[in-house]
Amino acid sequence: MTPTLVSATRPPKQRDSGARPGGQRDTSLASRIGVMTVLAITTFYFLAPVWWLVVASTKPAGHQFSGSGLWFDGFALFENIALVFEAHDGIFGRWMLNSVFYAGTAALFGTVISAMAGYAIAKYEFRGRGVVFGAILAAVLIPKIMFTLPLFLMFNQVGLLNTPFAMLLPSVVSPFGVYLARVFASQAVPDELIEAGRLDGAGEFRIFRSVSARIMAPALVTIFLFQFVEVWNNYLLPAMVLNDTSLQPVVVGLAGWSASQGQIPAGTVVVAAFLSILPLVVAFLCLQRFWRAGLTAGAIK
Amino acid sequence: MTAITANGASARTLRWRTPWLFLLPFLALFAAMYVAPIVFAFVQSLFTLQRSGLGLAAPTLSFDPFANYARVFSDDEFVASLGRVLVFGAVQVPIMLGLALLIALLLDSKSARGRGFFRLASFLPFAVPTVVAAVMWSFLYSPVTSPINGFLEQAFGFTIPFFSEELALWSVANVVTWCWTGYNMFIIYSALQTIPGEMLEAAKLDGASATRIAWSIKIPMVRPAIILTTVFSIIGSAQLFNEPTVLKPISGGAITSTYTPLMAAQASVAAQNYPYAAAQSVVLAVLVGVASFVFFKVTGRGER
Repeated sequence: MTPTLVSATRPPKQRDSGARPGGQRDTSLASRIGVMTVLAITTFYFLAPVWWLVVASTKPAGHQFSGSGLWFDGFALFENIALVFEAHDGIFGRWMLNSVFYAGTAALFGTVISAMAGYAIAKYEFRGRGVVFGAILAAVLIPKIMFTLPLFLMFNQVGLLNTPFAMLLPSVVSPFGVYLARVFASQAVPDELIEAGRLDGAGEFRIFRSVSARIMAPALVTIFLFQFVEVWNNYLLPAMVLNDTSLQPVVVGLAGWSASQGQIPAGTVVVAAFLSILPLVVAFLCLQRFWRAGLTAGAIK
Repeated sequence: MTAITANGASARTLRWRTPWLFLLPFLALFAAMYVAPIVFAFVQSLFTLQRSGLGLAAPTLSFDPFANYARVFSDDEFVASLGRVLVFGAVQVPIMLGLALLIALLLDSKSARGRGFFRLASFLPFAVPTVVAAVMWSFLYSPVTSPINGFLEQAFGFTIPFFSEELALWSVANVVTWCWTGYNMFIIYSALQTIPGEMLEAAKLDGASATRIAWSIKIPMVRPAIILTTVFSIIGSAQLFNEPTVLKPISGGAITSTYTPLMAAQASVAAQNYPYAAAQSVVLAVLVGVASFVFFKVTGRGER
């Protein structure tokens, strides 16, 4: 995932096209049919593979690929899930927990340090501010994956390979998180409030913790989400720095199963793939508002 | 009174120090995890690995600043992988962004119904990790299991050879398109939402058709978003890795272990030739960095 950035400073005014005055009446039936047809086709393209995965996961073991790909044929989802968790001495459960641990820990610490850094850049005038922010923007532009091989070489030298730290330490750093925090802090935290805190004699860090961070809370959820997903989805880094299967996150484990050429039955891999997207899809559906906040802040001039 | 003066003075020092204290944890980790590895890789790339004739003794490192870089550009496999992602980007990026722009414009048009559903549906693939998406598509492609070919065979009597020499790259491209179209669509759509309604009303009063408004007002207005998504897509193509790596085992040899530049660099790591892998990743990082820099200069929206 490479989120976007521009020098956004204020949120765009949202305009709901449908609610524009005089909106609905003046469209012809033909144009409506045309628009809806194209949308239906593209939606089929986006949804059909996932739908296939769901349907195949419910078919009895060994029958994942038989019958119509798009419709149910027998229901054995729970037996299939049990098979996934039994394969290789239950390593799949371990992988899922590893992913939750890596993504959760890295996103938690990452959100805190990004919030502090973004807040400092947004709310303090100091020498070197432009240089720091410029460096962070440049780091957003060069994708993380480019740093992965060098990280491997460095960790190899200092003996961090095959430890959770090799996965966690790089994942905590999120230049995009700092960028978002800066945008949100300059939008949401009024200078007057910080001044008022100072007049009351509160220390700078105290002001940040009990005033500014609270106001930024919804934005912090967005930063946490983006980082969580980024770490969860990261494949190259763990694939390179974690050799020990019991330390690997689910995407690496799943890719390994998929490449195992039948050692793990293809049907089991299908169900495992389904299980591994479940947490993110649920989070995505429940927390839509926060996704949108991050994408809009990142994307709009 | 003296206490206040003292406080005032120390407050000023604190003021000066505060932002740096806030920045410290991030900057320290940033230096350790971003700057240090790049510097380390660069230094390592200046050495070459010398193996003794029989390969019995441990290989030794010797300083030879240009050897690895000379080898990078004469390495046929690496150069071929660069060419491959260039072709990939030149075809896949316009198709994906064209599709993203089309969907965004349709969702923004007055003829669209059920916007929330369509927006969500096209954005759903973004929640699927690219590795998992590639695993999923590997089943849809595999000659043994493909439901797509199963359907085509039954209905029309032909199948698509997803992993033939000619098609393999485009099978990869389809996975990438599936994963990222919705994301790009969302960025363009968000930009469309910021066009002032009055501007569109005025154009309509002047008698402009919906297509005309889309072409002459909406697209120029969201140009920054389109340029932005283009750059990120180009960078994405340069770092193509997850999808071809996952599809490789079932591709019957069409996807090699040096299919993309990053895969080639990783193959050098697997062969334990770290200095050469370092040189390959430095070259790749520089190429991508230069491309981004040129883009930001050309479009005049550099850092500030």
